This record gives sequence, structure tokens and C-alpha cells, in this order.
Amino acid sequence: MPGSLHIITLVKWVPDAQLERSIGENRRLDRREGILGELDEYPLEAALQIKENNDAATVRVSALTMGPTGASAAVKKALQIGADDGFHLNDEALAAADISATSAALAAAINSVRDPDSADYLVLTGMASDDGESGAVPAQLAARLGVPALTQARGVVLSGQRLVVDRISGNRQQSVAALLPAVVSVTDQANDPRYPNFRAIMKARKKPVTTLDLADLGLTGHAVESKISMITAEPRPERQAGEIIHDDGEAGKQTVDFLTEEGLL
Amino acid sequence: MTQVLVFFDRVETELSRAQAELLTHADALGDTVVVTGSLPVTGTAPLAVKGVTGVLTGADHVNAPIYAPDPALADVVAAAAGELDPDLILGLDAPETVDALARAAVLLEAGLITGATGVTGSGAATKSVLADSWHTTAQISEDGPLIATLRPNTVLPVLVDAAEPEVVELDVAASSAVEILKEAELPSTGRPTLTEASTVVAFGRGVEGDLSLVEELADELGAALGASRVATDAGWIDHSAQVGQTGVIVSPKLYLSVGISGAVQQKAGMQTSGTIVAINKDEDAPVFEIADFGVVGDLNEVLPQMIEEIRRRKG
Ligand SMILES: Cc1cc2nc3c(=O)[nH]c(=O)nc-3n(C[C@H](O)[C@H](O)[C@H](O)COP(=O)(O)OP(=O)(O)OC[C@H]3O[C@@H](n4cnc5c(N)ncnc54)[C@H](O)[C@@H]3O)c2cc1C
Ligand SMILES: Nc1ncnc2c1ncn2[C@@H]1O[C@H](COP(=O)(O)O)[C@@H](O)[C@H]1O
Repeated sequence: MPGSLHIITLVKWVPDAQLERSIGENRRLDRREGILGELDEYPLEAALQIKENNDAATVRVSALTMGPTGASAAVKKALQIGADDGFHLNDEALAAADISATSAALAAAINSVRDPDSADYLVLTGMASDDGESGAVPAQLAARLGVPALTQARGVVLSGQRLVVDRISGNRQQSVAALLPAVVSVTDQANDPRYPNFRAIMKARKKPVTTLDLADLGLTGHAVESKISMITAEPRPERQAGEIIHDDGEAGKQTVDFLTEEGLL
Repeated sequence: MTQVLVFFDRVETELSRAQAELLTHADALGDTVVVTGSLPVTGTAPLAVKGVTGVLTGADHVNAPIYAPDPALADVVAAAAGELDPDLILGLDAPETVDALARAAVLLEAGLITGATGVTGSGAATKSVLADSWHTTAQISEDGPLIATLRPNTVLPVLVDAAEPEVVELDVAASSAVEILKEAELPSTGRPTLTEASTVVAFGRGVEGDLSLVEELADELGAALGASRVATDAGWIDHSAQVGQTGVIVSPKLYLSVGISGAVQQKAGMQTSGTIVAINKDEDAPVFEIADFGVVGDLNEVLPQMIEEIRRRKG
């Protein structure tokens, strides 16, 4: 299809930040339960808006995750929200993958699932994963794919093959442009993600999900070896609740008393 | 001797506090060479500090500086690393640096740790993870270099003046992969910078769009103003004031939370503050679980009294 576009949105399956999260004796994050990372709903929404603002028939939105078996839940959620199809890269050799290993595996997966019939592709990611929070996978991915990285997008507009992204860079506000293909990381400032309705949930059941392992990508474990490993992990002592007072008309003064006693004024 | 390469995306006529902190970290570790995409026209005076032995930058840096998000910034870092064979490559934990160093890590096949709170010459870094609820140490598995970005407020900046370092141009030019259409500096607020202030007054939905009391309190305390996402989303203050997971992480001596419920995403940005004082009319607000001093009350009554009392004590 000339003029067609394949958008690949990355969705990570992460432990729910609203619940207690912990690192086990083996220095690995407990991943028995998870959800589609909240910050990965924004790139998905951006993808769906691009599809809706263009000739929808020519835009394909795929969701791609890398993670253990449970991670297929993140892909299913993305299909309910509106992605057309999904891919799940699952391989034991990817357990405890660092930024380098993650980006190497995801780059190979993108090259493998990229629609050969589409003229262009666009990779959309979250600004950070809710668990790793490195914010570095998008730039590494772009480097490995040999395409520009436009990160921290507060707005994404696609006209033809040209992307225009509004972003914040330190104390500067920028508007930048690049040609497809590209990797764009999308912030929670960019849009308001939609919720799936009952119809969409029903429809999602029929959407295809493909599971891949490293062999399917022509990779060995060696190609995705981590360069960083965690050697210690300890829970930070929880903050204790201190003195709580109810305002009976004197609380402002009492607060200043507290600040004075603590030497904070 | 440990060789440290410090990356700044740009150097202006004065170092920022975060840049000064990074040079302080580097000086404690070994010999420092700075690599940057651009220098002030006036030369390397801001980098004339003890420990900095040289400055590397792109070819023709006077006429064609390299600015973020140009991927050529990563090429400069990789070329500098090729010359120096450093043990550590350090940068600030800010998006434009993370982008450049992440890309450089691919080029150099090096290990990367972002958001570190400390590093060692042997390639280990400390880091708080899971919204600051766990402390971890990570280590590179092979020989260096370790590439790491360091969070602000992890060391007291102490710089000693020295001779201006020499500038060497590397054979890397700005690229046109990304076109910068517009760029503007965020307007200054006239108050201390959020990440650097020793006191932060942060407000949330509870102020209902009226900032007069929190501004008055912040001015009495010489504090920076922060906000919850609800308050920045409502447009009551610029997004750059947002404290939390997707905003700024602050760690001041005193954090005053006013009319903020204390959701996990908000806590992620402030729970390492020295002392937390919370004012909220709902006694079940989660912020009270981590406050050192909590006032259950209406901010419209508590704040005026606080402001008056502070003024009275100041005389
Ligand atoms: C992906 C994601 C990222 C996010 N990132 C961030 C982030 O970085 N930072 C952030 O802050 N949030 C973030 N949030 C939002 C967060 O979940 C909360 O919604 C938000 O912090 C709530 O803001 P708030 O406390 O101002 O509002 P609310 O939760 O509505 O709380 C307002 C509080 O004000 C109190 N109040 C009202 N009137 C008064 C009065 N007159 N006097 C005293 N108290 C009063 C109320 O009792 C209530 O506790 C994020 C959410 C998501 C999904
Ligand atoms: N294992 C993964 N599977 C799918 N997407 C990922 C994975 N890890 C990172 N990403 C994507 O990269 C973004 C940034 O992640 P990080 O660099 O880990 O903060 C996330 O918001 C995701 O969109």
C-alpha cells in the first residue's frame, strides 16, 4: 500500500504502582501480577488519534510488548483500547534485561514485525516505564533502528511523512521536526487516553496476537546480554506519620511553632 | 587514576548548580575531561575549575554548535570516549542528556544507568527505584566504561578555580536528522528553582485556582512553588512546576503540601524531602501517612494565620 503507515506502539507490562511493589531475594522485581503501564496509554492514544486523523484504512496500529507470559495481558488491553493487532516477545533469556538488552530485543522485534507492505513506520513509546523508569529505551531503540528519536513529546502531529513534535528540553520549549521513520516517546501531557467500552472489548477478542521468541527474530541469548546487573536491593525505611492536629483556630500558629522548633524558619 | 568524561549538552556563560554538582562528583572520582555540544562565545571560563583537564567539542563549534536533540551529540561523546578510553561517562539526569548518552551507549556497547544517586570508579552506581521505595546498587558486568546520569541534589557543589582548560575539536559535525523549528526558554518565575530550593510550597486542587495564599507563603519563606498534576493540568501554573513521577523530583529541607491528596505519583516526587508538612481538610488524605506534621483544616483559614505569624516573628 503506497502511502500507508505502520505505527508500532510499545506497551510494557508492569507491576501496579498503586499496590506494594517489591524486589525479591534474587534481586529481581516481583512480576507475578501486572497491568499495562499507565504511561504507555499515552503513546497508544497518540497512535489512535493519528489513525483517526488520516485515512484510517491506510494506518495500522500494532502493540508490541516484551515480557514474561503474563505480559500478554498488556497486549490484550491495548487491543481493547484500539490497537489493530499485537505482538508479544517472550523468552527466558530476556529475564532481568537491562536498557541495552531491552532495546536490542525490541529493535529486532520491530524489524521483524514491521509491515513489509507499509511505506513508512513510526514507533511510539511511553516517556518512561512505570517500573524501570529509565526513559532511555526510546533513544537506544532509535539508535539501533538508525532513525531519529524525538523524546518527551507533549504533542505529535503527522503531515505526510513529516512529524512535528512539541517537547520540553530542560528549561527550553522546543518544536522539532523529522521525517519518518522515527521513534517518538510521548508524555502524559500529550493527550487524555480513552477507556475501552464494551463493544471494543468484544471486538478485541478477534484481533490477532503473535507470540515471538528470540529464535523467531534470528537472535541468540548472546545478542541480548545485559551489561548492567543489580547487586543489592533494600527497601527504603518507610516514612512514619508524625503529629497530626485538627484546626481549632490555632493551627496556623501551631504550624509555625513546629517549624521554629525544627529550625526550619 | 580514574578517567572521567563529563557530558554537558551545552555550556553557557555560567554553570548551573546541577552542572557544578556533576563536576564535584567527577573531581572526587578522578581526572575530568568535559565533552559538550556547545560552548559560550567567550570561551571555557565557566569550566576553569580544579579537576577539569580539557574540553572536547564538535568541529567548527563556534559557527555550528550541536544542540539537543541532534543525534550528533552522541557521536561527539563516542568520539571523545574513543580518544580517552574513560572509566566513567557522566551526565545530568535530564532528558536531553539521557537521549545523547543512551545513544552513545549503543555506539560504545557500554552499560547505562540513569537516575543514579552516586557512582564509583569501578563501575557501580546507587539508585532509588520504584518511586523511591527501594535502594539498589547496580554494576557493569564487563570492563567499562559505565555511562551514568546523576540526579540533582546528590552532592554539595564545591568547585575550586583553576586555569581555563584547552578546547580540542573532534571530527564530528552537527547533523540535520532533526530540525529545530522553534525554541524558547521557559519564562523565569522570579522564585528559586524547584530542584534547588531548600523550601518548597506545593499546592493542589484544594486551592481551587486561587494562588494568592500559597504565593504569599512561598514569598515569606523564600520558597519555590510546586504543584500537583491536577493543578498544572488545570493551567493554574506551568507544567514545569509539577512535582511527581512525571514532573520534577524534589528533595528540599522542607516540603509544604497544601490541598494535595498525596497520590502515589505525587509522593514519588517528594517523599525524600527532609521534613514534610501537610495541610488538608480531609483527615484520610494519604499525604498524612508520610507527613512529619499534619494539619487537618481548611487552607483558607490555616495559611493566612501562618503567614501572619511568620511575619510577626520576623518582626
Ligand atoms: C501516569 C500518571 C502520572 C501522574 N503523575 C503525577 C505527578 O507527577 N504529580 C502529581 O502530583 N500527580 C500525578 N498524577 C496524578 C495523581 O494520580 C493525582 O491525580 C494528583 O496528584 C491529585 O492532585 P491533587 O492532590 O491536587 O488533587 P486531589 O486528589 O483531588 O486532592 C485535592 C486535595 O485537596 C484537599 N482540599 C480541598 N479543598 C481544601 C481546602 N480548602 N483546604 C485544605 N485541603 C483541601 C482535598 O481534601 C484533597 O485531599 C499522575 C497520574 C497518572 C495516571
Ligand atoms: N519490555 C518492554 N516492552 C515493551 N515496551 C517497553 C519495554 N521496556 C520499555 N518499553 C518502552 O519504552 C518506554 C521507556 O521505557 P524505560 O526506558 O524503561 O523507562 C516505555 O514507556 C515503553 O513504551
